[in-house]
Amino acid sequence: MATKTGIQVTPPTDKPAVALSKEEVMRYSRHLIMPEVGMEGQLKLKAAKVLCIGTGGLGAPLGLYLAAAGVGRIGLVDFDSVDSTNLQRQILFSTSDVGRPKIEAASDRLHGLNPDIQIDPIETRLTSENALEILKDYDIIVDGTDNFPTRYLVNDACILLGKPNVYGSIFRFEGQVTVFGHPGGPCYRCLYPEPPPPGLVPSCAEGGVLGVLPGIVGAIQAAETLKLIIGKGEPLVGRLLLFDALAMRFRELKLRKNPECPACGEHRTITKLIDYAEFCGIRGEEAPAPQTTVPEITPRELKARLDRGDDIFILDVREPHEYQICNLGGNLIPLGDLSKRVNELDSSREIVAHCRSGKRSAEAVEFLRSAGFRKVLNLKGGILAWSDEVDPSVPKY
Amino acid sequence: MAVKVIIPTPLRAYAGKQESVEVQAATVAEALTSLTSRFGELKKHLFAEDGRLRSFVNVYVNDEDIRYLQKDQTRVREGDTISIVPSIAGGSRG
Repeated sequence: MATKTGIQVTPPTDKPAVALSKEEVMRYSRHLIMPEVGMEGQLKLKAAKVLCIGTGGLGAPLGLYLAAAGVGRIGLVDFDSVDSTNLQRQILFSTSDVGRPKIEAASDRLHGLNPDIQIDPIETRLTSENALEILKDYDIIVDGTDNFPTRYLVNDACILLGKPNVYGSIFRFEGQVTVFGHPGGPCYRCLYPEPPPPGLVPSCAEGGVLGVLPGIVGAIQAAETLKLIIGKGEPLVGRLLLFDALAMRFRELKLRKNPECPACGEHRTITKLIDYAEFCGIRGEEAPAPQTTVPEITPRELKARLDRGDDIFILDVREPHEYQICNLGGNLIPLGDLSKRVNELDSSREIVAHCRSGKRSAEAVEFLRSAGFRKVLNLKGGILAWSDEVDPSVPKY
Repeated sequence: MAVKVIIPTPLRAYAGKQESVEVQAATVAEALTSLTSRFGELKKHLFAEDGRLRSFVNVYVNDEDIRYLQKDQTRVREGDTISIVPSIAGGSRG
């Protein structure tokens, strides 16, 4: 076995001539003594170039394990800064990193873990203009992003460049993992030809996520990436792995290559990158979904009117568990129950509906107006804006 | 035929917060109709206005995608599991 010969092993052909130092042999000894990795596999890891898109929940365990495993060059793409709500799951970061650019904090952490590898900090938002240029230098792309436009962008760029895309995504306590763009295998568009319209599927910011879930899913992505590099085992190609942390159950579904796929099919129509925000019907992740305008009241106006003693019924359309986090003393009827409980409301009174950010309550206002309520307003910006503008003692979540 | 329909996390709020629902059906179409007649709100999440299954929602009978079987006319047998698997995007900033 090649592993016994230590640092004298000839690297695999068509790879750059790399060798391991004495210190590296020691560091990677638990890989080297395993025939599935061995010296040959470890040298492949050292020669490998992996791009991690997103350094958040999925990118954290991924980056840590790839760096620890000795992947020679790791590119990190992110444009965000660390905030305190990240720390519940993004284990790359420490409390002292809050406010720092994620790329900078992540690079420091990975360098601290493994000073022998090259980290490429790429502090930018991946766009149709820069994606091909950024991706082209890497062997494997790992998608740990958090929004549909970037996921379709990463997919199409990987297909155009012929690079594998190790995909993982999460919601609350459920995850999906697979490998797209492998020769002969399906791509993301084979699985989902189109994204959901904005607003129909809640994001993690709205739906929450169990902190350890991205840890598990990101670690599976890391395992698949390492397997692709060393060329061992059975890659997760043509199989969609579903994980439910609440039931603690893994399931596997067959994933087929769609012959009609516009990105990877025989008669493909996607020959260059497109406008993915437009494709997904939105203008970027932060932009709110286009909404019909409903009558609004600002937190300051509401405060002034309540102080004046105006008779206003405050309707809180959030969920009971959110009410426990913080509330404005309103009457709780979750949006999902509103149609059943509408008879509890007095249409002769003035009603101000609110939620966390103003999005769900806008739906509530629209519904109530269609049900004949005339004096109903939406609290602009929800409880978040109330905390900013009126009462900073109300916690934001 | 009694079949189990597994409801994915993002849609559980519209299905009485249940993880799975048992329905009587001979085809996938019947199973989904039975499901949406019991949980009305699920309908707009599963079907577009033209009545077709939304393109970001995949349906599997056991581990096979119905797009590669007989679509919604795929027959189901006693004890089969139907999975509804919508696309989810979360990951980074979460």
